[in-house]
Amino acid sequence: MSSWIPVCGYQALLPERGVCALVDGRQVAVFRTYDGTVHAIDNLDPFSGAQVLSRGIVGTRRGEPTVASPLHKQVFSLVSGECLDEPGFAVPVYPIRVDGGLVQVGMGV
Amino acid sequence: MNRIVVVGYGPTAHRLVETLYERGFDGRVTVIGEEPRPAYDRVALTSYLSGISVEDLTYPVPPGTVTRLGGRVTGIDREARTVTLADGSAEPYDVLVLATGSAPFVPPVPGAEHAYVYRTIDDLDAIRMAAKDATEGVVVGGGLLGLEAADALRGLGLKTHIVEMSPWLMPRQVDEGGGSVLKGHIEALGLSVHAGAGVQEIVAGERGVTGLRKPDGTLLDAQIVVFSAGIRPRDELARTSGLDVGERGGITVDAGMRTSDPAIYAIGECALAGGMVYGLVGPCFTMAEVAADRILGGAATFDGADLSTKLKLLGVEVAQFGAMDGALDVTYMDPVAGVYKRLFISDDAKTLLGGICVGDASPYSALRPFVGKPLPAAPSDLLFSGSGAELDLPDDAQVCSCNNVSAGTVRTAIADKALTDVPGIKACTRAGTTCGSCVPMLKQLLEKSGVEVSKALCEHFTYSRAELYDIVKVRGITTFSELISAHGEGRGCDICKPAVASILASLHNGHVLDGERAALQDTNDAFLANIQKNGTYSVVPRIPGGEITPDKLIVIGEVARDFGLYTKITGGQRIDLFGARVEQLPQIWRRLVDAGFESGHAYGKALRTVKSCVGSAWCRYGVQDSVGLAIDLELRYRGLRAPHKLKSAVSGCARECAEARSKDFGIIATEQGWNLYVGGNGGFKPRHADLLAADLSTEELIRTIDRFVMFYIRTADRLQRTAAWLESLDGGLDYLRQVIIDDSLGICAELDAQMEYHVATYVDEWQTTIDDPEKLGRFVSFVNAPGVPDPSIVFETERDQIKPVEVAAR
Ligand SMILES: Cc1cc2nc3c(=O)[nH]c(=O)nc-3n(C[C@H](O)[C@H](O)[C@H](O)COP(=O)(O)OP(=O)(O)OC[C@H]3O[C@@H](n4cnc5c(N)ncnc54)[C@H](O)[C@@H]3O)c2cc1C
Ligand code: SF4
Ligand code: FES
Repeated sequence: MSSWIPVCGYQALLPERGVCALVDGRQVAVFRTYDGTVHAIDNLDPFSGAQVLSRGIVGTRRGEPTVASPLHKQVFSLVSGECLDEPGFAVPVYPIRVDGGLVQVGMGV
Repeated sequence: MNRIVVVGYGPTAHRLVETLYERGFDGRVTVIGEEPRPAYDRVALTSYLSGISVEDLTYPVPPGTVTRLGGRVTGIDREARTVTLADGSAEPYDVLVLATGSAPFVPPVPGAEHAYVYRTIDDLDAIRMAAKDATEGVVVGGGLLGLEAADALRGLGLKTHIVEMSPWLMPRQVDEGGGSVLKGHIEALGLSVHAGAGVQEIVAGERGVTGLRKPDGTLLDAQIVVFSAGIRPRDELARTSGLDVGERGGITVDAGMRTSDPAIYAIGECALAGGMVYGLVGPCFTMAEVAADRILGGAATFDGADLSTKLKLLGVEVAQFGAMDGALDVTYMDPVAGVYKRLFISDDAKTLLGGICVGDASPYSALRPFVGKPLPAAPSDLLFSGSGAELDLPDDAQVCSCNNVSAGTVRTAIADKALTDVPGIKACTRAGTTCGSCVPMLKQLLEKSGVEVSKALCEHFTYSRAELYDIVKVRGITTFSELISAHGEGRGCDICKPAVASILASLHNGHVLDGERAALQDTNDAFLANIQKNGTYSVVPRIPGGEITPDKLIVIGEVARDFGLYTKITGGQRIDLFGARVEQLPQIWRRLVDAGFESGHAYGKALRTVKSCVGSAWCRYGVQDSVGLAIDLELRYRGLRAPHKLKSAVSGCARECAEARSKDFGIIATEQGWNLYVGGNGGFKPRHADLLAADLSTEELIRTIDRFVMFYIRTADRLQRTAAWLESLDGGLDYLRQVIIDDSLGICAELDAQMEYHVATYVDEWQTTIDDPEKLGRFVSFVNAPGVPDPSIVFETERDQIKPVEVAAR
């Protein structure tokens, strides 16, 4: 089963801040970057085991959009989910799109 | 040759052992030291009284070393090659090294047995104990060590006299002109100087010392007398075992540091090398290195040493280098500013022979390397060449006299090891690791080598925090986007965003979650609470000065109970409530705000608390109302954003129950008013705060703190606490006083106005947040399920309270 699940209105996303959505029992961190692009990664911080990545600071590293874990500050790419500070660690990335003003996360698409 | 025994465990012995192991020695070294601890940095001894710990001063014991601490060697059997200890045990050696240092000279005057000396940590402990019941002290000896001891007595709160035999202070380092300028400085600090005076007797009664009588009959009242009238080499072991010693003391050694017995070396302050006993640590270290080289079969020699010194005693810079006389001299003296500088030059006016500086030693580090070399510029220019940046040092010029490192060695290390900072140079060459006076020279060598010392905040800004602060202020910038598009690159990160948020908050106040600023904040500031390991938050309401009514205590208890929070009393005299989920925060704060609580800013880089003791209202010792002042200060500075958190405390008398000297700014009540201490720190690098100003009225106190805090906010680096900031300020405490008390930069009016603006525009962040539906909307665990709590947060119970269940990480 694959589907696009609406999580919120695009206007509910503030530039460079994340929110967390509950999608199929999974916690997904959803971000809107400064240029308006949306990204979705898993909310679970692999270093602390806490569901917190949506509450990190959004920024860039060498042009790539990133979020820093609010607990121990490891930086993750919003595009690949990879941890840029400790190679070998990564979080899942989910498909995301904006359709008719609604932000939708893809599960199994 | 595999058993080396070293007698004495001071800095020289340490350097010997360290060098032996560094050069690959693989036998056994046994060090027998009389003091109950391994060698420590005696040069920095006085810092122990201002709160530096024994651990910080102690040198690491090189692995492999066998130490026998608290063991005194009483005899040497040169035939059997053993040393005997006071406890009767013996230690055999193949090579023996005497590094017994020296002992303070105590003149045989009546009552001398009541006097203290100033040489070891134990001596300082004894002086500190005695100072508790004393109000006045005398130091006998106005040399380098005497002045240091006098400074220590003054720091312990005693009215202090200095008695010096010679007609002026520091006769070994300065001439008469310099001595008179030095005396002016020291008297201005409230110490009395009795030069050209000796000691008749130390007067003691039943309850200890009562004074010191001078030969002219006058009596100086004092309960403590410290002798610092010179040192004598500890050569007693050499004498009793028949080694050659000098007529005036010191164990005679050759250029390879060997005594008259080839199996025995002597190094450091106990050695008589080339007819001289050296009382500075630099030559002692060189002797240790020479001896190590010889023991390992080398041929190094000790050819005498530079006795240049630069010190800061009682806040006065004093320096002497090279010769103290010469055919020609150039002298500059400004008795008003208290500055004296004199250079000695050869009769053909071409060669620099030496110099003396009092009050401003800036020429020292630039000129010392040129001693014996052609004058690098006109003498009058040299007297004022503070930086020395324009001088090109020859490669063979000695830059660090403590460790005998030349400019060439430093340059090679910079180039070969690609060094970019002073700590790197220190690690590679040892230059700058002892007295530190050569560090300005090291910085210049770095700069001249073309190394750019990077102060960039992060990859997005090439500026330091202080520079960004000025840019924001001067350009009137109000948003991060404006700043980064004009002066930075990319879209920022977790380093620059909170730093800029803090700058914007310091300059413009306004709500930290307004508009774009919300996206700059760390999660703590974004949710106005402190994130904990499981993603929940803790809540700390402000309890100014730690004073709280029973009714308010009950409200906190009820809130904690109703929301099931874990409660703990903090070190800052307030109450921390743990385990709140994001969506509970507004509900919790609604209750707290209704009961009259405000945000405690425990989450912010901002003022945390002003702790207080109970003070004169209740305490029988209190001399001022410490609680009242603490509340006023906490309410004045609440909400002020800074480069890092700020902590404060107020004690009601000198007993210091509030631990004010471990705070960024601490206040201790005196009979006359308040003493203000700044730059203290607890945490993993504790530092005692320094006295900035004494006996201030409440009004003066507040104005001084206003300026201190604002100047810190303006100039500190990101996440630099006041302790580190103060240590990195060029010119230190004196410079700080010039800026915020004497207004040397002309910025005090501006600093005052900024603080007034902060005080006038402060509003409680939580009050405004719960009144703003838009901000409140962000306090949810899930955008698409606002009422649903985060199911991953689970607690267990411990000692009747909640505790996060450990989650498997990584
Ligand atoms: C307050 C103060 C400030 C100073 N400031 C400066 C400065 O700014 N610049 C500078 O260059 N120098 C300074 N000095 C001098 C510097 O500390 C000495 O040059 C240095 O400590 C000499 O080291 P040492 O190991 O030779 O002797 P010491 O440090 O005296 O060590 C000798 C050790 O041997 C032990 N010992 C002696 N006899 C025996 C025995 N029979 N058995 C076992 N153990 C024994 C002693 O207890 C002692 O611990 C200062 C000294 C003091 C006290
Ligand atoms: S510092 Fe002084 S006034 Fe305050 S509680 Fe202690 S003894 Fe009392
Ligand atoms: S001159 Fe003392 S550390 Fe360099």
